[in-house]
Amino acid sequence: MLDVKNLMKIYDGGVLALDDVNFQVEKGEFMAVIGLSGSGKSTLLRCINRLVEPTGGRIVWNGFDITAASQDEMRRVRRKIGMVFQHFNLVTRSKVITNVLAGRLGYVNPALSLLNRFSQADMQMALRQLERVGIADQAYKRVDELSGGQQQRVGVARAMMQEPEMILADEPVASLDPVLAHSIMRHLEQLNKEDGVTVLCSLHFLDLVHDYADRAIALNNGQLMFDGPPKAIDDKKFKEIYGKEAKRVG
Amino acid sequence: MKKIVVRKKKSLVRSLGFGAAVLLGMIVYAYGFNITKVNFETTRSERRLTQLTRILRALAHPALFEYQKEELVVAAPIYLPCPKSGVPTFDPDRSQPYLVLTPACGGAKEIIQVEGFSFWPNTKGPINFVPPSGASLTIGNLTTDADGYFSARVELPQRRPVDEAQTLRAIARRNIGAPMFSPVAHSTWEKIVETVFLALLATTLGTLLAIPVSFFAARNLMSTQESPLTSVALSVLGWPLGILIGVQAVRWIRAVGAQILDSNALGAGGWGSLIGLLVTWVVVRWAFPRQQTQAPGRALRLARTLALVAGGLAALFAMHMVASLALTVGRALVEPLGVFGFLGNFIAQLGDVLIIVSPLVAALVGGGVLSHAGSRVGQSVSDQLPANVVRVANLFSAALAGASVSAILGAGVDWFYQIDDLQKTLWLPGGVGAALGLLLSVRSAPKDPLPIGSVVYYLTRTVLNATRSIEPLVMVIVFVVWVGIGPFAGSLALALHTIAALAKLYSEQVESILSGPLEAIRATGANRLQTIVYAVIPQIIPPYISFTMYRWDINVRMSTIIGFAGGGGIGFLLQQNINMLQYRAASVQMLAIAIVVASMDYVSAVIRERFV
Repeated sequence: MLDVKNLMKIYDGGVLALDDVNFQVEKGEFMAVIGLSGSGKSTLLRCINRLVEPTGGRIVWNGFDITAASQDEMRRVRRKIGMVFQHFNLVTRSKVITNVLAGRLGYVNPALSLLNRFSQADMQMALRQLERVGIADQAYKRVDELSGGQQQRVGVARAMMQEPEMILADEPVASLDPVLAHSIMRHLEQLNKEDGVTVLCSLHFLDLVHDYADRAIALNNGQLMFDGPPKAIDDKKFKEIYGKEAKRVG
Repeated sequence: MKKIVVRKKKSLVRSLGFGAAVLLGMIVYAYGFNITKVNFETTRSERRLTQLTRILRALAHPALFEYQKEELVVAAPIYLPCPKSGVPTFDPDRSQPYLVLTPACGGAKEIIQVEGFSFWPNTKGPINFVPPSGASLTIGNLTTDADGYFSARVELPQRRPVDEAQTLRAIARRNIGAPMFSPVAHSTWEKIVETVFLALLATTLGTLLAIPVSFFAARNLMSTQESPLTSVALSVLGWPLGILIGVQAVRWIRAVGAQILDSNALGAGGWGSLIGLLVTWVVVRWAFPRQQTQAPGRALRLARTLALVAGGLAALFAMHMVASLALTVGRALVEPLGVFGFLGNFIAQLGDVLIIVSPLVAALVGGGVLSHAGSRVGQSVSDQLPANVVRVANLFSAALAGASVSAILGAGVDWFYQIDDLQKTLWLPGGVGAALGLLLSVRSAPKDPLPIGSVVYYLTRTVLNATRSIEPLVMVIVFVVWVGIGPFAGSLALALHTIAALAKLYSEQVESILSGPLEAIRATGANRLQTIVYAVIPQIIPPYISFTMYRWDINVRMSTIIGFAGGGGIGFLLQQNINMLQYRAASVQMLAIAIVVASMDYVSAVIRERFV
């Protein structure tokens, strides 16, 4: 279980990105995070694996206080939390397989990994993950030869390499067309349903939230505005989350 | 509707200001003309223009080729001055080439006509005056026509009067056989090869060292590095201690190695290298398991640390043994390899390099490891102990760190200026450093992270900028004193400058990489080094290659003139020829430089295309 208590983040310029955010995520839940651009979704997700250092509050995961972890402990926490990004964040000049294997970096011996040496088991596992997302035949191509949808699959495969207990997906489909968006969301759903991985996924489109999420939380200006099942977002709630001038589409 | 207001020009003040600016500009340039001694009269001077023409023509005739020559020497008697009894008749053999002088006598500075018959057609040569002493003097030139005839007017020299006949000698020269490369061309070829390899070595050495330095000079990598004071202080203390231990370890191992090698250099060296490498390999494999699923226990960690220390010593031992082996084998190979003896010399030199760098490597590794350990200890002290305890720890460690850094600086100052006064070079700076450390630990909150990465960044940048601002031509002077005149000094100077210049260019490339992949790799639980290897390096390989090629290009050009200051290469030859006014020879060297630089440009374009 992930327990976020009084989470606060103030950036260096004095921008308040998260303002006393409280929520809990059960193990195996698929939770959507919605809100306008700049409402603090990305900051929230990055606070959970401390890519962004929270200013205040606590994040406790399975009884372990992430906010108080040392660097070494953080390494062991992060390797159990996969992350998928809006812009894929792949090393485009490297091969697909290298990008996927990078998901094992938290597990392998640091010294050997610096020489790009991975065990046979890791190689097998990487190919298996690529097979699962349907691009095993692209394994030895360079990432910049792949289309956007394929690149995001590499991103998902990299997260899967971590054998994660939780996946943080930061608008994973915002740079993809609607068809590709569904295919990527289905991979996340599959991970959630079959492997029991907890998924926290920030999304722009409400129809995707309805289709895939068990639960949704909404942020507006760093404050938690809503926490409940997606169906409970009626027109009034919608205006609260997205502002008075927003119109529902899709 | 809003009215648009056109601002009125403040015409008078503005024009006055403009006029003043123009006037000021004129004055600046007038002074500049005066300082740089601009004088266009000299450009029109008759004498200088002839000289210029001569030099330009010489440069346009590089002395690349020459022919084997044969000479036709024909002599005729001449009287200086005219004998009172009249000139005895001289009847040459007309079936052979012969000279006719009219008149065949004369006083000093008198002009006579020299005619030659039946010479080789279309040839050139000098006309010499040869007194009885035999020291010939060129008094004119001949050029024969298609019939082998020439006629020249020559001025008789001012010489001591002699009664008997002296000799006037005409020499015609002609080329035989095919053209051959001149000695100038040969020496130029030798030196240009030296130049290219000088540049290659300098670039290689410079690049290898510039790559790690560039990461320390990249703002985006360094500015995120923050550590609490305890960690910083302990890691600062770790450096000198580790360096000391590393150097001592090398000394000890050398002593041990010398005893072993004494008996049988080849056998002991071979076995020593083998065993040393094997032990290192086994220890490293054991201490770094392939996968770490659990956090290792305390006892295991201690055992691993001890094993790694032993492994490090074994590695040093192996390094020493391999170096000695290379030295012995390389030297032994020089004779039997004959023409390829340079390969043996190369092996021996590599062994020597290993021996030279081993204390350096040991010092760096020792310092790095102890500093890292100190930083880890400090981090956990800061993380786990209460603030008051941390404050006390900060007081002690910061004071000690400050004192040791300034004491080392003091020792450096002492070495340069030979003050020889411990009061001034050890106790005073040590005290000041300790006070500064105390001040820092009192002023900062005990657990606050300090931007140590930015400090390292600015230090690196400053050192790089200072090094880069000194031209290799100046650096080579110091290296010439150290390793002697020659290409080795030149390549060291160029390498040093290459490090500074490339590290700056490289670091700017690191600063411009995409941060997304960095973030993603960090999120997988990778540590800093892994992040650099998997997210930074793949992004910077193309610009690194292209900058390295560009630098090689620069180094080739630099190495052509580094010889001016004694740094070997073609510059030495070029300067010599220019000083001796041998413009045709200098022209060959300029041509060689142009060809090498142009082809370097082409080759680097091809390589860049292949890799980028």
